[in-house]
Amino acid sequence: MTKSELIARLAELNPHLYQRDVERIVSTIFDEITNALARGDRVELRGFGAFSVKKRDARVGRNPRTGDAVKVDSKHIPFFKTGKQLRERLNAD
Amino acid sequence: MTEKTVTRAQLSEAVYQEVGLSRNESADLVETVLNEVADALERGEMVKISSFGSFSVRQKGRRIGRNPKTGEEVPILPRRVLVFRPSHVLKGRINEDLTGN
Repeated sequence: MTKSELIARLAELNPHLYQRDVERIVSTIFDEITNALARGDRVELRGFGAFSVKKRDARVGRNPRTGDAVKVDSKHIPFFKTGKQLRERLNAD
Repeated sequence: MTEKTVTRAQLSEAVYQEVGLSRNESADLVETVLNEVADALERGEMVKISSFGSFSVRQKGRRIGRNPKTGEEVPILPRRVLVFRPSHVLKGRINEDLTGN
């Protein structure tokens, strides 16, 4: 499922809404999550999962082709942990 | 940096402010979006949200684990796990704002 398929599905479930508004609803949700993470905040959506930011320290890496040592700067990466309920849904037999 | 936690309430509020539907309907729509994503994943589909990231379901095989406290061997059964791959756009935003790169 892509973002546009998600928008189409939401529009189908809510025929009283304008297409333009459905697009804004979906964009707003993912933009809010992005903005929160960019502030260093956590996003916790019970039953679905939690987004957080993890810090990776600077390290010396290697160019796998040449074997040369290269400095890798410290960085922040987004991380997602699946919520309990969703994890159970994925494994419901 | 004081870390705050954003929940459904803030997402609904943002939808309310942005789109101008009632607070109740905004909250219902946030729930529907999360549900539709979860349903797709449950069907084993990959969910790709451009400029945000993609969620995919990976099948894991059976392996022998160990209870770290007792050292006892326990089988870990085959299961499906969810993997989130952030997009370059999302990684870029976070690094720009937090690391200053």
